[in-house]
Amino acid sequence: MTASNKILIIGATSAIAYETAKIFAKHGSSLYLCARDEHELKRLADDLLIRGAKEVCFSHFDALSSDSIISSIDTCLEKYPDLDGLLIAHGTLPDQHLCEQDIDEMERAVRINFTSSAAILTYIAPYFEQLGHGCITVISSVAGDRGRQSNYVYGSAKGAMSIFLSGLRQRLHKAGVSVVTIKPGFVDTPMTANIAKNFLFAKPDVIASGIYKAFYKSSNTVYLPWFWRWIMLIIRNIPEVVFLRIRL
Amino acid sequence: MQECSLYESWGRFPKVYHLGEYVPRNFDEADIFIQMVDVSVLPRGKGRSYGDSCLNQNGYLISTRLLDKFIDFNPVSGVVKCDAGVTLDEILKVFVPKGWFPSVTPGTKYVTIGGAIANDVHGKNHHIAGTFCKHVRCFELLRSDGERYLCSRDTNSQLFHATIGGLGLTGIILWAEITLRPIMNSLIEAESIQFNGIDEFFQISLESSGYEYTVSWLDCQYGGKYPVRGIFMRGNHPLSVDGASCGIVHAYQAWKSVPCDAPSCFLSRHTVKLFNTAYYHKQIFRHQKRIVHYDTFFYPLDGITNWNRMYGKNGFLQWQCAVPVTADNMAIKTIIHKIIESKLGSFLAVMKEFGSQPQEGMLSFPMPGITLALDFPNAGQKLFSLLEYLDSVVIKAGGRIYPAKDSRMSEETFQASYPDFNSFKAFIDPKFSSSFYRRVHRLR
Repeated sequence: MTASNKILIIGATSAIAYETAKIFAKHGSSLYLCARDEHELKRLADDLLIRGAKEVCFSHFDALSSDSIISSIDTCLEKYPDLDGLLIAHGTLPDQHLCEQDIDEMERAVRINFTSSAAILTYIAPYFEQLGHGCITVISSVAGDRGRQSNYVYGSAKGAMSIFLSGLRQRLHKAGVSVVTIKPGFVDTPMTANIAKNFLFAKPDVIASGIYKAFYKSSNTVYLPWFWRWIMLIIRNIPEVVFLRIRL
Repeated sequence: MQECSLYESWGRFPKVYHLGEYVPRNFDEADIFIQMVDVSVLPRGKGRSYGDSCLNQNGYLISTRLLDKFIDFNPVSGVVKCDAGVTLDEILKVFVPKGWFPSVTPGTKYVTIGGAIANDVHGKNHHIAGTFCKHVRCFELLRSDGERYLCSRDTNSQLFHATIGGLGLTGIILWAEITLRPIMNSLIEAESIQFNGIDEFFQISLESSGYEYTVSWLDCQYGGKYPVRGIFMRGNHPLSVDGASCGIVHAYQAWKSVPCDAPSCFLSRHTVKLFNTAYYHKQIFRHQKRIVHYDTFFYPLDGITNWNRMYGKNGFLQWQCAVPVTADNMAIKTIIHKIIESKLGSFLAVMKEFGSQPQEGMLSFPMPGITLALDFPNAGQKLFSLLEYLDSVVIKAGGRIYPAKDSRMSEETFQASYPDFNSFKAFIDPKFSSSFYRRVHRLR
């Protein structure tokens, strides 16, 4: 892919998305940003232009509304009929305890972290299929590799995301479109502001440069930082009998 | 928000408890938080101050790390408008390739613009360019009354001069406009000259007025015939170097790191002496010239992530003073003599002659004269007594101590250093405070 990509970033105000956008901007890409907070989007657009982006457009986007998903993608494709990159980065870290007691809360968490992304991909996949090239990158999570009592609602949504992407990858491979699943470990972002940090926490810019590399190499599934691949390999392989007895 | 946690600054002494650190994502969130809390707050950037001026024991810190956006840039005048949490590192990354460089830079690029203003930092070009804030056109200050004050030399000028070097006590800076200087490439034409004795230092300093950047490294462990020896470094931005452009990136990107606390014997008197001798003799000729990347010239220590861990878990103290130049320079000679005699100093000792530009902020540190900065491993009481004595020499000579580096100076030393402190007090925001401020201004 050349440096003159046109990339749609959904959830652009998230820390990881912003750091990734900074790298795209540095390489002169044109960016289309979508997020809820329009005021923040305007600030991001000014910032990314100064950082070298060829052009930055943005529009309001609400992950919980199908109309908003459809209209955002439509306006983006109108602006960039030759769009060749997509990064989906929106999400929330729900309160697991609350999700255990409140069906609405649980459903909301799944909708934001899985259903909305699946809807975006469903709507935009035919476009990429027809285009015949390009790269779709979606931020899933290591939490989706195995359900744990401390966050299985978030984990199951991200797990579903990874499975969805795996299927979509197979489907779009024939058309020459790559689908990249990003599985970050703990990242020090506003989303994890309430969690005490330890040495496993990575900075968003480290994750972002991993995403950028994966985007250009058209990788399949990437754990970020790399060591999470091995941590999750162990966690996935703990026998259920043992898993039942440990606290994770 | 991170609740109830232990924070330290770059010197890792002291370590104090805070109610928490709040990280606003935009200006409005900062405003709402300040209105909401009923204990004191203090803005904090990268925490590169050495002492307690960026700590607020039992209060809140407001981190500017997410206020990190560029707002505007004028490619003709080189004026950049950005959030207070933007670091010099980001400015270098974005603007060096476009042919612009910070007008003034301290010895680390990991400082925020807000922090650089709040400490009115200086660099190797102070004798020509003045302090950082000389190149600040204006900024916006949010105070606990909910108002945002646009401050410049013309608008709210008193608040402007109070906030410059104001240690974050006058409110939180939201954004600032600073002027960059044009460069032709990312290199520096650097010279290093060995010197013996303070008089030789002054001689070279005098001859170096044509150099934009000057600084000296001092060997405070030397036991030879001269009381002190060192290396005088000076440099300029070269107009043209064959094959060089602004796009040249430095070979190392902080790949070296101190992964954990070093054992306290790591920096003993003997290892430091060894290092100093090696460093002094690394150049074969007394006078050497070479062309280096700006990272090598300005930020040698930034190449080692967390170098502050070298001093072990007790941390270290930095002490920086400025004293006027006199005919015999007795004060600075006494200070250096005392430090050598104490055998407490470390390998990071730098000396520089400041220029005579008028002071920008009410509490700005740089003054016409000579400045000396040293690291001391935290050796407890005997170090504190030494520094107490050095303070008295400085004050008697009409000099001052740098708050950004300090974690122990007395109230008397501070107030004697900064005669404008009384007029400054009127501009302190009632909701803003710091451990440093409470230490040097005890309410009686």
